Amino acid sequence: MGELLFLSFVFLCAGVVAVPVAARLGLGSVLGYLIAGIAISPLLGLFDVDVISIQHFAEFGVVMMLFLVGLELEPRLLWQMRSRLLGLGGLQVGLTTLIVAGCAMALGQSWSVALAVGLVLALSSTAIVLQTLNEKGLMKSDGGQGSFSVLLFQDIAVIPMLALIPLLALPELAGLAHGGGHGAGGHSGEPHGMSLVDGLTAWQQALVTIGAIASVIVVGSLLTRPIFNFIAVARLREIFVAAALLWVIGIALLMTLVGLSPALGTFLAGVVLANSEYRHELESNIDPFKGLLLGLFFMTVGAGIDFDLLTQNLWTTVALTVGLVVVKGAVLFALATIFGIGGSDRWLFTLGLAQAGEFGFVLLTLTVNNAVIPQALADQLLLVVALSMLLTPALFILYERAIAPRLNVANEERHEDDVPNGSIIIAGHGRFGGIINHMLRGLGHEPVVVDYSSAQLDLVSAFGVRVYFGDATRPDLLEAAGIESASVLVVAIDGREQITGIVRHVHRNHPQVKLIARAVDRQHVYELYAAGCRDIIRETFDSAVRAGRSTLEALGEHPFEAERKARQFVEHDRRHMVLLADVYDPDIPVHKNAAYVERAKQVRKETEADLRGKEASFSIRAERGWAPPVEQNAESDPRESGDFAADPARSG
Amino acid sequence: MARLLVYYAHPGHRASRVNRPMAEAAAAIEGIAFVDLYRLYPRYNIDIAAEQARILAMDVILFQFPLFWYSTPSLIKEWIDLVLEYGFAYGSGGDRLAGKTMMIALTAAGPHEAYGPRGLQHYPLRTFLSPLEQTARLCQMRFPAPYVLHSALKASEDGAVDRHIAGYVRLLEALRDDRYDIDRAVDMQSVRSDTLPIRGKG
Repeated sequence: MGELLFLSFVFLCAGVVAVPVAARLGLGSVLGYLIAGIAISPLLGLFDVDVISIQHFAEFGVVMMLFLVGLELEPRLLWQMRSRLLGLGGLQVGLTTLIVAGCAMALGQSWSVALAVGLVLALSSTAIVLQTLNEKGLMKSDGGQGSFSVLLFQDIAVIPMLALIPLLALPELAGLAHGGGHGAGGHSGEPHGMSLVDGLTAWQQALVTIGAIASVIVVGSLLTRPIFNFIAVARLREIFVAAALLWVIGIALLMTLVGLSPALGTFLAGVVLANSEYRHELESNIDPFKGLLLGLFFMTVGAGIDFDLLTQNLWTTVALTVGLVVVKGAVLFALATIFGIGGSDRWLFTLGLAQAGEFGFVLLTLTVNNAVIPQALADQLLLVVALSMLLTPALFILYERAIAPRLNVANEERHEDDVPNGSIIIAGHGRFGGIINHMLRGLGHEPVVVDYSSAQLDLVSAFGVRVYFGDATRPDLLEAAGIESASVLVVAIDGREQITGIVRHVHRNHPQVKLIARAVDRQHVYELYAAGCRDIIRETFDSAVRAGRSTLEALGEHPFEAERKARQFVEHDRRHMVLLADVYDPDIPVHKNAAYVERAKQVRKETEADLRGKEASFSIRAERGWAPPVEQNAESDPRESGDFAADPARSG
Repeated sequence: MARLLVYYAHPGHRASRVNRPMAEAAAAIEGIAFVDLYRLYPRYNIDIAAEQARILAMDVILFQFPLFWYSTPSLIKEWIDLVLEYGFAYGSGGDRLAGKTMMIALTAAGPHEAYGPRGLQHYPLRTFLSPLEQTARLCQMRFPAPYVLHSALKASEDGAVDRHIAGYVRLLEALRDDRYDIDRAVDMQSVRSDTLPIRGKG
């Protein structure tokens, strides 16, 4: 327990200090974590901490990240990506492996060692690249999409690699090797031996594997809704978080048991759930875990650098790293040119993927265990992989500062098309938000609707309306629903504190979003006004005014008269409202707010006059317009002839 | 410097081909006031007191609109009904607008030739504008000739729209800078972009 607390403290401390500093310097969080890891490595060494096993644990962050990536990716989009996935990804892995292997042979390695080295180094770092692309908002760019295709292919390619590498075993190392044999253990270094497929024949294995994938798809698409509905009834946030975690971990476990990549499995599950109304909720629940685990992972990469070995072989290591980045970059640049990734995107693609990745660590361990690569060479390569990963944030900075500004001019226009024009979020889909959604949909808009009530969801889902389950008062859920790029947020939930909370948060953190808020009553209007909202709709006011107008009509009042009076009343009421909202201060109780008290007195006087029905200010104003002029002054005006009585402009 | 106010009124703003670019050009001119009436009063709730205060502070009030059924769009009529009150604009004590200028800038779908005894519209254009002219007279305002674009729906083909918009900008700037010869304009039937009575260079 003590050790766990100590370790948590050290890692959290390093992250909390280093990441904000790195972010402030514009270096990105990944570099911050890496530096934090390097900084604490002497300390970890002192206490003899097993960094590698922590790293294996932290690799689960990559699994979660791929689940989240899958959630963002509808099956339709994935299908559209197929040519790039196979073409770009396949050629990248193939060409890089061949060239790196060629170089290794030129440096005097045997073909089998060279091939293993090529495979190890062909892979890039999904963790660093996706994290950085997301952080910099480059994921949707052409270069970002291309990078993603390649990374996804690599994640898939790891599986045959894991099977292939043991076949390259060197007879002279075999005696030294320990363990080994188990081919496709997944990349996360799970305990060997736990497997559903051991001892089965090939076709049985295939059957079990297909069955596992099928069950993920079936459970994902058919059973998620009822399961989450069932959980939602409890209305306990932590149970929902637990369920989301259970879902991801369960899939990862299943994939591991049948010998597939857990990252691939959860990615698949994410894709299946991309169309689900629970997508945003899942996203915001998993996201913090992913972030923390990835951070831990990056820190272990930094901490795992063997500085003794590095100083001994400094120049060799640096030369190998630079050589690797140049070779990988050249392949990527050529592929980008062939596949029509142009402008600054080509450089993003080239520089972003030019490192070796975390899969490299896994494969290297495997190669040593299976007597494919000698230990000394593996240690050397481990350094190269780590160093190239350390170099990646620097390459991104190079891209951002030196390349993108010069090449981005031409891209500007196309980028605007990508942003959906005038996106709307409606928080709450009850009696209030439901009508708004109905109206806007009828006009061809596609609002994102967020609601916490699964009963509400069932009701509208029946009509094919897309509604997302979740608690709209949570900032992270709004984030997941796309508040960053939304133009309007309609706060239509009930619960005055919750409404005010959302308004305050969004007004402060996303000032570009126009806010329309539902107010419970008059006092609530003032609170919302103070929180920064200027488009405040009282939930029952308009219907009450209409009822008042109907009453006038029922009494036999001319409908247009009734309409004018109702309008005038609304104007009048609105004026009072603004008068008081202007001086309302949520931090001062109203009875101590002198300006408020002063105006409240005036408003009360006028309201009382209205209620008494005498000298009412608004009803007097309602008389204005279309009224005949006062006759007694007619004669004093020489311009008017008696024929027209008092008003030549009106015929009576 | 004359204080100039442009009231733009077009209920079909989105589909407008001439009035909308005219309004956008007018709104961009420095030193004049511009009001999009349908934007300000989408529910026809004209604020009488605010409108009266607005025009009191002006020297020239210009209505820009497309001609609908030989008249203004209905919101301008509503505005006139409500804002030009007895005792304010006319009638006893109603001389608050005296000496100011009311001007019209309109577009018409019919060609110039149609507005005459032999044409489809039978009457000259000014006949249809006589209610507005008389309104100005009753308010003791001057009524210089309207700035007109005929065949507005076909005008974009031969560059007439661009010329009309450029002329509109020259007209508004001249009004603002007191270079527009209102006395001469009062005697004209209508003005086009090539007949603007602007003094000095312009």
